[in-house]
Amino acid sequence: MIRAGRLCRGLGRPRPLPLPAGGSAPRSRQLRTGLPQRRDLFRDLEKEVVKFQKKLKESLPGSDWDPLGTTKGLPPERADVVIVGGGVMGWSVAYWLKALEPRRDALRVVVIEKDPMYSQASTVLSAGGIRQQFSLPENIQMSLYSAFFLRTINEHLGVVNEPPIDIQFNPSGYLFLASENGAAVLEENVHIQRAEGAEVCLLSPAQLKKKYPWINTNDVAVASYGLENEGWFDPWSLLTAFRRKAMSMGVFQCFGEVTSFTISSREIMMPEGELTFSRINYVRVHMPNSLEYQPVECSLVVNAAGPWSQKLAEMAGVGIGPPDTQEGIKLPVEPRKRYIFVWHCPDGPGLDCPMLVDTTQAYFRREGTGGNYLGGLSPPEEEEPDIQDLEVDHNFFQEKIWPHLAHRVPVFKSLKVKSAWAGYYDYNTFDQNAVLGPHPLVENMLFITGFSGHGLQLSPAAGRAVAELILKGKFMTINMEKFSFNRFVSGEQVLERNII
Amino acid sequence: MAAPRALQECRAFPRLLGARRPYSSAPCPDPLKGGILRYLCNRFYDIEYLVGWCAKLRYRNLRRKNAYYGYTKEIYGDNVAAAYFVLSNRGRVRFQGQETWFCVDWRGKYSSDFLQLRDVPVVAIDLSGSVLNYNGLDNLVKLTALRSLDLSRCPHVDDWTLSRLHVFKDSLEELSLAGCPQVTERGLACLHQLEHLRRLDLSHLPSVPTPGLIQILVEEMLPQCEVVGLAPDSGAQTSRDGREEPGVPSGARRAGEIPA
Repeated sequence: MIRAGRLCRGLGRPRPLPLPAGGSAPRSRQLRTGLPQRRDLFRDLEKEVVKFQKKLKESLPGSDWDPLGTTKGLPPERADVVIVGGGVMGWSVAYWLKALEPRRDALRVVVIEKDPMYSQASTVLSAGGIRQQFSLPENIQMSLYSAFFLRTINEHLGVVNEPPIDIQFNPSGYLFLASENGAAVLEENVHIQRAEGAEVCLLSPAQLKKKYPWINTNDVAVASYGLENEGWFDPWSLLTAFRRKAMSMGVFQCFGEVTSFTISSREIMMPEGELTFSRINYVRVHMPNSLEYQPVECSLVVNAAGPWSQKLAEMAGVGIGPPDTQEGIKLPVEPRKRYIFVWHCPDGPGLDCPMLVDTTQAYFRREGTGGNYLGGLSPPEEEEPDIQDLEVDHNFFQEKIWPHLAHRVPVFKSLKVKSAWAGYYDYNTFDQNAVLGPHPLVENMLFITGFSGHGLQLSPAAGRAVAELILKGKFMTINMEKFSFNRFVSGEQVLERNII
Repeated sequence: MAAPRALQECRAFPRLLGARRPYSSAPCPDPLKGGILRYLCNRFYDIEYLVGWCAKLRYRNLRRKNAYYGYTKEIYGDNVAAAYFVLSNRGRVRFQGQETWFCVDWRGKYSSDFLQLRDVPVVAIDLSGSVLNYNGLDNLVKLTALRSLDLSRCPHVDDWTLSRLHVFKDSLEELSLAGCPQVTERGLACLHQLEHLRRLDLSHLPSVPTPGLIQILVEEMLPQCEVVGLAPDSGAQTSRDGREEPGVPSGARRAGEIPA
């Protein structure tokens, strides 16, 4: 910079005349009548710097290298894939893109997360369970693959010269209880699960009582217990493991918020009418706590924003058209607030306590070995709490959860709530299942969202599926065509059969 | 002035070479203590790549050693295949009605007499000190008459492996997990499936944070089982029938002690 300034000064100023011999004579008067033209360096400094920067940039086309440096934390100007949302899904996609890319550094991947503290992220506020007791074969396969991934996590996510990853997996299993009405569904589900290779056993009330003497089996008709690959783990460990590995493989991390997209669209006549196809060209990323922003030129955007993915999709023009056209179909994913309570009960179930899901859908599990338990309940549709903040409604525990718990486990009649928190579900209001794959009209936006509460446990498999879709153009490991956006167009629901 | 400094560095050198912290989630406090490889890895991509490649080879080797003996199983049946797997991992195996164990000698050789015992169930397996992991259990899960299983000092036995022991719930009476560095209380919690367990050896588990409390909880969970070795003062314990027993019997236990 200094050198450049000197250069400018050297050019701008007239050369001083050589002194006449003798040296003692006074300096001769200049021949010009006007004021000496002196360029003030500091007046033009800013302009000069910008000019200089521009020149240097032009000399190195296609490179992000900037000799003068810019604000730290800005995303790169160009990327192949921009992943919006740095939760477990986003980082899983980033990791799998890097792991499956055909050669090293073939893809440039950026992950954009708006909350560097992860204070509202669904990933870290979840209960962290993993189970195979679903009714859709795709979900069971995804969960089995995820269990395999978590078991061999050090082979996948181990970084050279870092300590091994410990996700603190508790292999205690899920215990689903079903009443008279739900027994048939439960048995049918177990048949599907066994056909897919999950180890699940059915228990009669008598067996249940023998195995877990602390359960009140009065209105239980049958129970199913997952023997292998089920339990719970630490979500934060998994998230940081994904993040650390992906960053060591060259994924860019950026803390900022996506505020808008630059879209180019064209209209095409289709048999069913004129459709507007569009493409996202630039993602505009705003830096936190500043006015600075950076447009990122990209070829693909992955929408992994979880509860806020509908908002992000609307920025790309999904669901803002007239209501009865294809452009008007919204992404049916909403944030829903769910509470998790931690309570202490010194005489509660012992070390053998599984993740118990009651006939009323209330669930709890053991937390550590000190007599602490953790649980919650999804409220009915008409009593959804306000989603503006993550405040906890303690009456909900007293009025809704505790009666069920005390009925099922009589020792819970005396317990003390120690803490509670709330987190957001990315709740799919259409059929409570994932949305995976591209949007039919916005060609380069891929969804990986809407998991409605079981996203954490399916993240390794779902991330791999989306990465395969990007790199190979189709699903290779598990076929998840069922979860595409097109089902909202055709109105075909992909429902999990829940036990009542 | 320079000489003592050089001496100091010399002293630090072996520390640089050897230090490894295998199973801890805390980051290394001092980067210099992480070993010379770590130092080189941070500076040279080639070394980093080589180290990563070595780690991959190690995992591959582990997978190979825990491979599924499907071919043997097809020809000789589950019991012989399991025995073959155990012997090739330098373990010991005993069939029903037999007094003697099938062992390997110091060179890792063993007689192939066990191939004759096609329809005799395996009742005891000693895999102490082997590289058994979750995948290796594929070879053992069909043994419905297994009564005694010794997994002491297995570095790759972790909580996932323990969660798979439920397949022996109708027969297993004796289990030793002494000295397994990866076993924690989370894995011990799923031993509640083993209803017939009579004796459980849990001594020297470095990853269990509060051994005294866990011993009480495990005893509560398995009321008819004798739990050995978790509590810190269990140098010599008195079992229920009043017999004195050493706290760490796992490695030196012989065939005679196991109920046939």
